[in-house]
Amino acid sequence: MKIILNIWRQKDVKSAGKMVRYEVPTVNEHMSFLEMIDVLNEDLTRKGEDPVAFEHDCREGICGCCGFMINGIPHGPERGTTVCQLHMRHFQDGDELWLEPFRAKAFPVLKDLMVDRSAFDRIIAAGGYVSVNTGSAPDGNALPIMKQCAEMAMDAAACIGCGACVASCPNASASLFVSAKISHLALLPQGQAERDRRAMRMVVKMTEEGFGYCTNTGECEAVCPKGVKIENIARMHRDYIKSAFTYREESTAGGAG
Amino acid sequence: MALKLDSKIPSGPIEQKWDKAKFEMKLVNPANKRKFTVIVVGSGLAGGSAAASLGELGYNVLCFCFQDTPRRAHSIAAQGGINAAKNYQNDGDSIYRLFYDTVKGGDFRAREANVYRLAQVSVDIIDQCVAQGVPFAREYGGVLANRSFGGAQVSRTFYARGQTGQQLLLGCYQALERQVDAGKVKMFYRHELLDVVIIDGRARGIVTRDLATGAVESYAADAVVLATGGYGNVFYLSTNAKGSNATAIWRAYKKGAAFGNPCFTQIHPTCIPQSGDYQSKLTLMSESLRNDGRIWVPKQKSDSRGANAIPEGERDYYLERRYPAFGNLCPRDIASRAAKVVCDEGYGVGPGGRGVYLDFSDSIQRLGRHTIEERYGNLFEIYERITGDDPYSTPMRIYPAVHYTMGGLWVDYNLQSTIPGLFVLGEANFSDHGANRLGASALMQGLADGYFVIPYTMGNYLAGVKPGGVDENHSEFRAVKEKVSGQTRQLLSIRGRKTVDDFHRELGKVMWEYCGMGRNEAGLKHALERIPEIREEFWKNVNVPGSEGELNQSLERAGRVADFLELGELMCRDALIREESCGGHFREEYQTEDGEAKRDDEKFCHAAVWEYAGADKEPIRNIEPLNFEYVHLVQRSYK
Ligand SMILES: Cc1cc2nc3c(=O)[nH]c(=O)nc-3n(C[C@H](O)[C@H](O)[C@H](O)COP(=O)(O)OP(=O)(O)OC[C@H]3O[C@@H](n4cnc5c(N)ncnc54)[C@H](O)[C@@H]3O)c2cc1C
Ligand code: SF4
Ligand code: FES
Repeated sequence: MKIILNIWRQKDVKSAGKMVRYEVPTVNEHMSFLEMIDVLNEDLTRKGEDPVAFEHDCREGICGCCGFMINGIPHGPERGTTVCQLHMRHFQDGDELWLEPFRAKAFPVLKDLMVDRSAFDRIIAAGGYVSVNTGSAPDGNALPIMKQCAEMAMDAAACIGCGACVASCPNASASLFVSAKISHLALLPQGQAERDRRAMRMVVKMTEEGFGYCTNTGECEAVCPKGVKIENIARMHRDYIKSAFTYREESTAGGAG
Repeated sequence: MALKLDSKIPSGPIEQKWDKAKFEMKLVNPANKRKFTVIVVGSGLAGGSAAASLGELGYNVLCFCFQDTPRRAHSIAAQGGINAAKNYQNDGDSIYRLFYDTVKGGDFRAREANVYRLAQVSVDIIDQCVAQGVPFAREYGGVLANRSFGGAQVSRTFYARGQTGQQLLLGCYQALERQVDAGKVKMFYRHELLDVVIIDGRARGIVTRDLATGAVESYAADAVVLATGGYGNVFYLSTNAKGSNATAIWRAYKKGAAFGNPCFTQIHPTCIPQSGDYQSKLTLMSESLRNDGRIWVPKQKSDSRGANAIPEGERDYYLERRYPAFGNLCPRDIASRAAKVVCDEGYGVGPGGRGVYLDFSDSIQRLGRHTIEERYGNLFEIYERITGDDPYSTPMRIYPAVHYTMGGLWVDYNLQSTIPGLFVLGEANFSDHGANRLGASALMQGLADGYFVIPYTMGNYLAGVKPGGVDENHSEFRAVKEKVSGQTRQLLSIRGRKTVDDFHRELGKVMWEYCGMGRNEAGLKHALERIPEIREEFWKNVNVPGSEGELNQSLERAGRVADFLELGELMCRDALIREESCGGHFREEYQTEDGEAKRDDEKFCHAAVWEYAGADKEPIRNIEPLNFEYVHLVQRSYK
């Protein structure tokens, strides 16, 4: 089948971009969406033109590299599917599609469909962990964890850090991403000691990085390829508000003798 | 000049070697640790855990990855699980048994002392990951759940749904980011290593390219760790991520780090078959599926009926038939080869007859759909998304694909390569898996190396050297930078008629055909003629568009393929000289009467350790003899 692609082309962070129209006449229904762009890129290269830059690595829907907008929807029309796992059998001969990078102030466009999502790393660095040095752990079964808690924590931990939630949000909020990590650890006993600190520091960092506030529009949940639930945002808000009362930055008064 | 290989295996009984080694290692005074800088290339399970742990100890760590964040390293894609000798199931597991299974599974081509240590620290890994908040699967009583995996008769695999690698990596990434926040680790993402810098015989730094801007940069340190993953992409189609590459280890090899057993590759039995020429990669279906799925082909050749139309009596459950004791759970190399045999004989199913069925109908009947969904739901979804078929109602179609490379840079017991100060961890080293890796053992090895081995052995190395003394202005850094930029300019100046992928695919076909599941002398000799021809054409006729000082994905790929075109040749050379079959290395000339791998322990009970001799010279093959004092050399049998 033939697919018509209008793709955002932008040389680098500083340059302005524009839509360019391409035709891919030899699309096979078993191809993935990215394989279709591979075919286009091979073609462009042979013609001496610059291939389209897009992010990808695992192509199995797990690394979180890939992601751009297809007709205004992050990762395209299939629910629960990253763009690398989207197959062309969901499209029809002659379809015309518009591909654009994820748009958000905190995600500058690097080139074509690629953006810089390093703000996510900085949010995790602000507190998205359990502070436990290598070698100091007790036996794994010393701490029984209710199966259901482990399952719920796993649901939240399934986030792949792709940024689709930000791209879909009218406020460009990263709340779904941030709350997924806060929930993963808040649902487990291991995460309790630092629960307040984590919520406080991660939420503050999210704002500092230029992400917007959550106004409960719910777009994020609809586009999340991993089915991360919006209820996590409610948990994040609760933890954040609670931490405003209970969390204090560490005292610097020394205790050593 | 033959290399002097010293494996540095500690003396004494195997159970005490690691404790003894740890005790005898020199320590760095806590106040001095911050004077040392360590470069860690790679942020997967091996590199990420190493960088985080070294940061916790107080060293200054510079960590590099080529993706846009450390959390995307290919370890993220591991599905099935991680082994540990916890014996939580009370089913007879022990450190000794995990050690034994790994040595035997590797067909006696790994170093006993290393494997024993791996089994020993496996138990600490689980504890560490649980403490980090890794959401492992649990039983109703709240304790950790286990499953069994190919090549083992005990249940010792820990898992987090079908996303074990992801969850372990996120645990490790979070520990890493905590050190970034603490100022002990500096993370360089979108940076690709292009060469290592050796000064006065020691690894003193690296030269990288910033993939976002194209800038070529130098970084100096007191020691360098490579944890850059496997090289399965030399075959073009594999289960590895598109960016997985051999560049770091290959360029280190050309700087003097010897390469161990390059031909030892693992072909995974359960992957989704290729669907067309445009195929960009192959997708693994976790081996854990073999716990509840039964593998079969029709008893009639080229049977064109649909799977469900073939009555029970006309199905050949060939693994259960040939290996009654292990059945569908026999090791990977054996299961892969058996699939190739039935397909070669004409029993294969699906397009081109390159596929076998993996059928869940019996277990769905026995356990109910709910249980199967709970165990494998996400894998079934992946399958359906890719193929459009529903595995709950029709059997999956699977075929083997390249998955893992047991070969890699040679390291001693301390994980140091033949270049002092250059350490190699995870899949990048020639590792503990011998000629075949057991399922769920790579995650274990990556984390063992990073969390529990390198923190000790790195200290031991650093305690013997003076910190600093060399910086990026050293003439060697400038020379290496110039050489690296020269290669980039050369690639960009060719402007030929074929794309980088054209060459990569061509190489992949040759490798798969002649250095894949079955290898023979004539084929390997042919490949050894073909690969240099492809390489020569590459350097005359490749078209790399764009320029140097910008984000240029074609250029990134071109550099990687240039290295694969050299590495592929070394793999074939290694496979040709190893005139025996062992594990994943199956030389058709050397098989038992019933078609199993036939080792030649007289001649080949050693690791082949290749030494680079110069651009137009044949590399030198050294050997590290392997002694088996504990697990006695026997013909593997899974019958
Ligand atoms: C689909 C799949 C499923 C698997 N399932 C399992 C399983 O269930 N159980 C199991 O035990 N094993 C499994 N494995 C194997 C296992 O996942 C890998 O062997 C292991 O994760 C490798 O870890 P690593 O840290 O050595 O390398 P990787 O995780 O591959 O990390 C490599 C790192 O090096 C960096 N890097 C590479 N080259 C460069 C360069 N030139 N410059 C800078 N940085 C570079 C990358 O950015 C990355 O950070 C699976 C493998 C695959 C492919
Ligand atoms: S919450 Fe969902 S959409 Fe947002 S980053 Fe995670 S996986 Fe992507
Ligand atoms: S490429 Fe890894 S999630 Fe799509």
